[in-house]
Amino acid sequence: METGTFRVKSGMAEMQKGGVIMDVMNAEQAKIAEAAGATAVMALERVPSDIRAAGGVARMADPTIVEEVMKAVSIPVMAKARIGHIVEAKVLEAMGVDYIDESEVLTPADEIFHISKNEFTVPFVCGAKDLGEALRRIQEGAAMLRTKGEPGTGNIVEAVRHLRLINGQIRKVQNLSKDELYNEAKVLGVPYDLLLGVHETGKLPVVNFAAGGVATPADAALMMELGADGVFVGSGIFKSDNPEKFARAIVEATTHYQDYKLIAEVSKNLGTPMKGIDIAKLNAAERMQDRGI
Amino acid sequence: MKVGVLALQGAVAEHMRSLEAVGVEAVAVKRVEQLDELDGLIIPGGESTTIGKLMRKYGFMEAVTSFHQSGKPLFGTCAGLIVLADRIEGQEDAHLQLMDMTVARNAFGRQRESFETKLPVKGIDEPITAVFIRAPLIKSVGSEVEVLSEYNGEIVTARQGTLLACSFHPELTDDVRLHAYFVDMIKQARA
Repeated sequence: METGTFRVKSGMAEMQKGGVIMDVMNAEQAKIAEAAGATAVMALERVPSDIRAAGGVARMADPTIVEEVMKAVSIPVMAKARIGHIVEAKVLEAMGVDYIDESEVLTPADEIFHISKNEFTVPFVCGAKDLGEALRRIQEGAAMLRTKGEPGTGNIVEAVRHLRLINGQIRKVQNLSKDELYNEAKVLGVPYDLLLGVHETGKLPVVNFAAGGVATPADAALMMELGADGVFVGSGIFKSDNPEKFARAIVEATTHYQDYKLIAEVSKNLGTPMKGIDIAKLNAAERMQDRGI
Repeated sequence: MKVGVLALQGAVAEHMRSLEAVGVEAVAVKRVEQLDELDGLIIPGGESTTIGKLMRKYGFMEAVTSFHQSGKPLFGTCAGLIVLADRIEGQEDAHLQLMDMTVARNAFGRQRESFETKLPVKGIDEPITAVFIRAPLIKSVGSEVEVLSEYNGEIVTARQGTLLACSFHPELTDDVRLHAYFVDMIKQARA
């Protein structure tokens, strides 16, 4: 019997496929998410749009909130640790959190090194905006990926950019000859073996979800259309007028992402989604996606 | 022979790959009409609350029940096992309620307790590699249910006529012998 194998960690992410993982800030929201059909919840002190508004240093949530959410639902509970913050991750693991997001949404604790995730029993998900970041995170032990997008903006454009880029880079790598692959590994800054795997299979070795800007059922379906394995929704749900209805609509649009009549149906009278931010209006310091590359 | 994998949520592609590896055509099932052309159906791993909710929403409860009543085999893995069960510990309502067993969700604990092991299964020669992820257990079974494997004295694989259920994930390994076993059940049902 062996716990914490890579297959057990990445397999857990496989079970999330086609699903929606929702940010929640308390037990009540977690229960709404579970009842709406979320496949997991992310327990947070503040959703990304509030982190943006509050400014200052964003850290791991108060363990009380994480515990409260774990007690409230039977689906898996994820929580965020700062990039490179080994101790926040160890604390979350000790609490029995099911998945840790080493997340650029929080203020990085380390500007050079990510957590060595292979040394943990609990699996990690990390953000990536291109193939280089994706494979570096996998090398460090991430068992699941997500696009970074631009969290807390309600603007899908960056998540689209990141998923399109990764898909395009995968297609390019597939067509390289063996000698070109060595150079590509150097250019991307990734281990040759992982790149060879992408070349041979035409896909990433772990599940890749969309995240960072999903605000409507159609946004979720768009990311599935572009090849995401599932969707994280952060501020989108509990910053909307009717979270319960909104959550259900996003779950159904994700499952039936090519059934446009159904998406029209679930999108009716949802009320106002979160307001959203034009990415061009963000200054460099406000761009979360540039953290932890 | 065509075998479906219920594709509302969960590890669909892996089951399809395993089915193709044992030489049958695999179909991702998103709508009830698709069941008509199938000889058997797999309910995959995923989140049972999500899968159950979406099955209710899209008429799969009735459709899969009549699929079963017409004699066509069903195979539930992990969440799929929960969906098949008559009774779920600590919950008043269950999902399809086709298989005479009581199951416990997340019976081993949280994700950090997830594991893989070698598991002997009745009817399969050598032990198979079984990956348990936040897995359920079968706490008790009715007289019509045959126990096919146990782990530490707890039931993890069982069969009741044309119904097969396991707590682990045979689709996450290259070992396709449990899928081959299910395909044999379909052949018997067709004969």
